[in-house]
Amino acid sequence: MVTEQDVQHIAELADIGINKEELGTFTSQFNAILDYFDTLDTVKGDAAGKSELFNVLREDEVEPSLSQEEVLKNAPFKEDGFIKAPRVM
Amino acid sequence: MAPRSISFEPSDTYNAFLTTCSRAEYGDGPLAGTAVAVKDNISTKGIETTCASKILKGYIPPYDAYVIGLLKNAGAAIAGKTNMDEFGMGTTTENSAFGPTLNPCNPGRVPGGSSGGSAAAVAAGMVRMALGSDTGGSIRCPAAFCGIVGLKPSYGRVSRYGLIAYSNSLEQIGPLGKTVSDVSTLMGVIAGHDRHDSTTYDKPYNHSPNPDIKSLKVGIPQEYFGKGVDPGVAGVVKKAIERLEELGATTVPCSIPSMEYALAAYYVTCTSEASSNLARFDGVRYGPAPDWKKSWHDAYRDVRGESFGAEVRRRIMLGTFALSSGYYGKYYAKAQVARENVRADFNRIFRDVDVIAGPTMPTIAFKLKEKTDPLSMYLADILTVPANLAGIPSISVPCGKSEGMPVGLQVMGRMFEDERVVDVAFAFEQAVN
Repeated sequence: MVTEQDVQHIAELADIGINKEELGTFTSQFNAILDYFDTLDTVKGDAAGKSELFNVLREDEVEPSLSQEEVLKNAPFKEDGFIKAPRVM
Repeated sequence: MAPRSISFEPSDTYNAFLTTCSRAEYGDGPLAGTAVAVKDNISTKGIETTCASKILKGYIPPYDAYVIGLLKNAGAAIAGKTNMDEFGMGTTTENSAFGPTLNPCNPGRVPGGSSGGSAAAVAAGMVRMALGSDTGGSIRCPAAFCGIVGLKPSYGRVSRYGLIAYSNSLEQIGPLGKTVSDVSTLMGVIAGHDRHDSTTYDKPYNHSPNPDIKSLKVGIPQEYFGKGVDPGVAGVVKKAIERLEELGATTVPCSIPSMEYALAAYYVTCTSEASSNLARFDGVRYGPAPDWKKSWHDAYRDVRGESFGAEVRRRIMLGTFALSSGYYGKYYAKAQVARENVRADFNRIFRDVDVIAGPTMPTIAFKLKEKTDPLSMYLADILTVPANLAGIPSISVPCGKSEGMPVGLQVMGRMFEDERVVDVAFAFEQAVN
C-alpha cells in the first residue's frame, strides 16, 4: 500500500507537480497498478543479464556536430551564448 | 536539379496530423514522390516535433533523425507529423495534448496507439505509408485497429538516432502501410547500421516478399487465445491460421508461461526508463520557459506539472518509485529476470517452430473514452509486449472483422528474421485478396 504522503514524496523526487485533487486519484491508481505488479513476486530464476548482449563503443574522438547557434535555438532564455536556468542555490 | 515537391493539404477529419507540410519536397529514389507521414516523436529538421506534448510545443529540431535522412535519400516526401499518445504512452492516441485521433473505420472509436495518427493517415488514404514507433505494441495495435499492416522490426535493425526516447531498451521505429509490400519497401529504406546508434546491427533489409510458406511451422501459443481475449477476435484469428494451414503451413500448439508476468515486467521496465529519459524536459533547453527566478525544484515542478499530461506524470512517478531505494529489488530487478525468462521461452519455442501466430490485440478498437482506468488500458497490451521484451520482430496484418471492426493477425519471428514474418503476412494477404 502506498499512501498519499508516499505519492507526494515520489512527485517531489521526480519534480512532478500534482495538485490536491489529483493526489487521491493517483494514489488509488498506484495501488491498483502496484497490486498487479506483485505478480513479479512469482518470478523464478536469476537469469537477468545472461543474454548475449555486449557493449559496442567507438573511439572517443571529436567529430563535427551542431553549431552553438543551432543548439541554443530552442532555449527560451539565453545570454552570451549560454542557456539561462533557474538558480540552484 | 531543383527539388520537386508535392502539395499536401488534406482535410484531416480524423485529426491524424499535428503538422502538415503543404509543399513537401522530394528527390530521386525508390520512393520518389511518395508521401510518407512521420510520427511526431521522430526528429525532423526544421519541422516542429512535439511528441504530442505541451512540453515540446514549438520545438524545432536542428537535425534529422537517421531514418529521416534515409527517407529523403530514397526520394520520399515528408508529408507531415502525426498525432500520438504523448511521448508514446498509451494505447488509444487519446493521451495527446492536441486532441484524440479518430479511427477512419469508425470515427466513434479510437485508432489504437500510440502511433494512432500514422495508422489513421494510412487507413484514410491520406498517405501511402508512414513511420511509427513501437515500445510495447504502438505500431501493431493501431495497425490492427485501423485495418492496415504494421511491422515492429527486430531490436537493433533500425536506428533510434533522433527518436525522442521513451524506453530505449524496448522501442523501435517501424513502417506502416496498406499492404505488406509497402511495409516491406519502407523497411528496406530505414533498416541498417547507423554509427550514431550503437545498438544497431549491421544487417540491411534487401527483401522482396515471398508468399511460399509450404513446410513453415507455426507455433500457436495457448495464452494468445485464453482469458481476456475476446471470443469474436479469437475466432477471426483462428480462421486466419487455418488459412495458413491451407497454404501449406503446419501449426504446433505451444505455451509461453512467462506471459503470466510479462506485462508487469514490461510496465516496470518502460516506466523506469521513462523516469530517467523524461528528466530532460524542464523547459531550459527547449519547451515552455520555467520561471527561472524560482528555485530550480520549484521551477521544474511547476513547468513539468503544467506541461505533462496525467499519463506521462503517472508513468514518470511509477518509474521513479520502481527504481527508488528499498523497491528496486522488488520491481526493477525482478522485471529484468522476468524479461530474460520471456526471451528464454521464445528461444525454446523457436527451436521447434519458425514463427508464432496469434491475435495482435485482445479486442477490437475501443470506443472513444471507453477506457478511463490506467490499469485496464495497460492490460490491453498483453499480446504485444512480449515481442518488445524479447526484441524479436513482429508484424500485424488485417485478417477479417469482428463486430464490423478490423482484427489483426500477429506474426512473431526469430531475432533478426524480419523477412520471414513479412513473408508469412504476405502469403496470408495474397491468399485472401
